[in-house]
Amino acid sequence: MSPQITPIADTAQDLELSERILAPDGTRLSNPRLDGYVADVDASVLRSLLRDMVILRRIDAEGVALQRQGQLGLWAPCQGQEATQIGTARALAPQDYIFPSYRETGVIYARGAQPADYVRMWRGEEGAAYDPAALRVAPLQIIIGAQTLHAVGYAIGIKHDGADEVAVTYFGDGATSQGDVNEAMIFASSYQAPVVFVCQNNHWAISEPVAVQSQFPIAGRAPGFGIPSLRVDGNDVLACMAAMRWALEHARAGRGPAYIEAVTYRMGPHTTADDPTRYRTEAELEAWRSRDPIARLEAHLRAAGELTDEQAAEHRQAADALAAQMRAACLGMVTRPPLAVFDGVYAEPHTGLQRQRDEYAAYLATFEGEA
Amino acid sequence: MTELTLGKALGAGLRRALRDDDKVVLLGEDIGRLGGVFRITDGLLDEFGPTRVIDTPLAESGIVGTAVGLAFRGYRPGVEIQFDGFVYPAFDQIVSQVAKLHYRTQGRVKMPITIRIPWAGGIGAAEHHSESPEAYFVHTAGLRVIAVSSPEDAYRSLRQAIACDDPVIFFEPKRLYHHKGEVDLGAPLADAPPMGLARVVREGSDATVLTYGAMVTTALQAAEAAEDEDISLEVIDLRSLSPVDYGTVAASVRKTGRVVVAHEASREAGVAAEVIASVTELCFEYLESAPVRVTGHDVPYPPAKLEKYHLPDLDRILDAVDRVLDRPHSVSGADA
Ligand SMILES: Cc1ncc(C[n+]2csc(CCOP(=O)(O)OP(=O)(O)O)c2C)c(N)n1
Repeated sequence: MSPQITPIADTAQDLELSERILAPDGTRLSNPRLDGYVADVDASVLRSLLRDMVILRRIDAEGVALQRQGQLGLWAPCQGQEATQIGTARALAPQDYIFPSYRETGVIYARGAQPADYVRMWRGEEGAAYDPAALRVAPLQIIIGAQTLHAVGYAIGIKHDGADEVAVTYFGDGATSQGDVNEAMIFASSYQAPVVFVCQNNHWAISEPVAVQSQFPIAGRAPGFGIPSLRVDGNDVLACMAAMRWALEHARAGRGPAYIEAVTYRMGPHTTADDPTRYRTEAELEAWRSRDPIARLEAHLRAAGELTDEQAAEHRQAADALAAQMRAACLGMVTRPPLAVFDGVYAEPHTGLQRQRDEYAAYLATFEGEA
Repeated sequence: MTELTLGKALGAGLRRALRDDDKVVLLGEDIGRLGGVFRITDGLLDEFGPTRVIDTPLAESGIVGTAVGLAFRGYRPGVEIQFDGFVYPAFDQIVSQVAKLHYRTQGRVKMPITIRIPWAGGIGAAEHHSESPEAYFVHTAGLRVIAVSSPEDAYRSLRQAIACDDPVIFFEPKRLYHHKGEVDLGAPLADAPPMGLARVVREGSDATVLTYGAMVTTALQAAEAAEDEDISLEVIDLRSLSPVDYGTVAASVRKTGRVVVAHEASREAGVAAEVIASVTELCFEYLESAPVRVTGHDVPYPPAKLEKYHLPDLDRILDAVDRVLDRPHSVSGADA
C-alpha cells in the first residue's frame, strides 16, 4: 500500500487527507485501503477499545489531579490522543518492543502497566517508571526524538536474530524536526529494519504549531527515505488500529520499516507546567472537541445498539477503580534511603564512585543517634 | 609474543572479541570494506560478515543511538567514531542515553557499548582531527574512560572494554598507531590486570609524572633527559581516566612528594585539574611542593604548523619538573 500524499498549503492539517474508518459522528465509512485490516473487529472488541480509552482518560485526569495536589512533579496529559495510543498499541503482539516518548501513557497502559508505573517517574522516585523487560517498553524518553534511534538499533538486532518481532517507536510532530528522527529513518531504511514509526501529530510542540516543523504532511517525508507511510485520522481508533496492523504486517514480512502519522490533537496543556491559553484559541479547541475519539466510538456503538448503559457504567467503574489504585500507589510510595542515590550508575565497581559513596556514608553516619 | 603496531594490536583485539562473543557487533563509518580510515578493522568484514561489522550511514548520533538499541537487545556494540572532532554530533546520545540508562533503570538495562575514538594530535592533521575531548566524558557519570598508550595495553584493554558491562569511551592515540611493541595474543583476559589500573612505566624517586596516551612517550623521554641531570622521575601511565587509579597514584606521590601532570588537552577544568585536586585531598601532607600542570593551551586546537607550540613537549615537562623540585634555574618557577 502506498497512499498518495499531496502537498498542502495549510498544515493546520486538512483532515480529509487522512485515512478514516469512523466519521466524527460515529458513522462507519467504507475505506478500501484499511477495511481489510479490521474485518475481524466485532462489537465486543470495539467495546474493549472504548473501555481502554475511557480508562486511559481517567488515568490521565488522575495524573493531572495528583500533580495539582503536589504529589507529582509534572504530568504530560494525553487527553484527545486516546484513539492513537490505544488503537496502535492494541495492534501489537506481546513480543514487540516499544520505544516511547513521555506522553505514551495509553501505550504503557495497553502493555499492562501497573498503577504505580504511571506515577513513579513523574513523582521523581526512579528514572524509569517500570521494568522495561516486563512491559517490553523502554523507559519513557524525555529527550525529543532520541528513542527513535534506539528502536531502529533494536530492530537491526531483531533482524540479525531472525526473530519474529517488531520494534515500535512513538514521537511527536515536533520531534520530526530533530536530527535523530531523520537519522533513524535513514538507518531503518538502509538496513530494512523491522521498525514502525508512529508520529502522533497532536498539532503542537509546546507552543509551536506543526506548521513550524513542517509545511508538508509529515507522513509525506517517509517515502523520501524509502519508507512507506500512512496518514490516518488519529481520533479514529479503528483507523489507528488498521494502520498499525498494516505497518506491523509490512515489517514482519521482512519488507522493512513503515511509518504512520496519526493526526490528532492534544486537548490539554503540553504538560501541567504549560499554559496553552497563551498560544492557541478557544475556537480551535472547540473544533477538536467535536472530533473526540471516545465520543466518536461511543456514538458508533450506541447507534448500532451495541452499548448498554450498564456497560458504559462498568467502563466508568473500572476507570475509577484504576485511578484509585494509582492514587493509593502514589501516596504510598516510599522514597529510597540516601545512599540509593549512588545505586546503578555502573554495572561493575567504579573506584571513584565507591570513594564518594564511602565519604557520603561516613558523613551520614555522623548524624546517627540524633533525633 | 608477537611484535605488533598499536593499530594492529587494536585490530587483533577486535577480532578476538568478535570471535569470543557473537553478541559483539561493530558499527562505524567506513569500517567494513575499507577497514576504517586507520585500517583498524581491516579484514574483519571478510571474516565476520556484514551483520557483525556494519558500515553505517554518515551520522554519528545515528551510530551511537542505534548502538543503544542493539544494547537493549543484548548486543555488545563496538562503535568507531572516525575522528575525535566528530564525536560531538553523538554527544547527546552518549551523555543522555548511553551514560544514563543503567542508572535510570535501576540497573535493569545494561549499556555495554565501547566507543573507540582515534584521538589527539601531533600528526599534522586538518582541523577537527586532533582534539582531546576526554574531559567531557570524564565529567559524565556512567561512563568509563580509557586511554591506551602501548600495543600490549591496547590489545588487552580493548577486549576488557568490550567485555565490560558498562559503556567505555576508548581513546586511541593516533600518533602512536604505528608504534610497535610486544603483544601476547594468547594471554587469557582473566589473568590480566583490571582495565582501570594505572601502570608505573618507569620508577623514580624525585618526582612523579602522571600522564596518559601519547604523552607517555614524551614523559619517558623527559625522564631520560632528567636522568642526565641526576633527577629521578617516576612516570605513571594513568590508562584509565574514569575511574583514576588513585591507589597507584597516591603510593607514588607519597614516595616522591612531588607531582607533575601532563596532557595534550587544554587546561581549564581538565583531567589534570581533577587529578591534582584528588592528589591534594589524598596525600596533602606528603607533598613537598605545589603540583604543576603541563597541558595544551586553552585555545581551539591550532593549525598543524602551530601544534608544536600547543602540545606539551619534553622541555615543558622538564620545566615543570624544575618547578616542583624548586630548582633555581627553572624559568616558570620564577615569581609570576
Ligand atoms: C532535545 C530536546 N529539546 C527540547 C526539549 C523540551 N521539550 C520537551 S517536549 C517539547 C515539545 C515536543 O513536541 P512534540 O515532539 O510535538 O511532542 P508532544 O509533546 O507534542 O507530544 C520540547 C521542546 C526536549 N525535551 N528535548
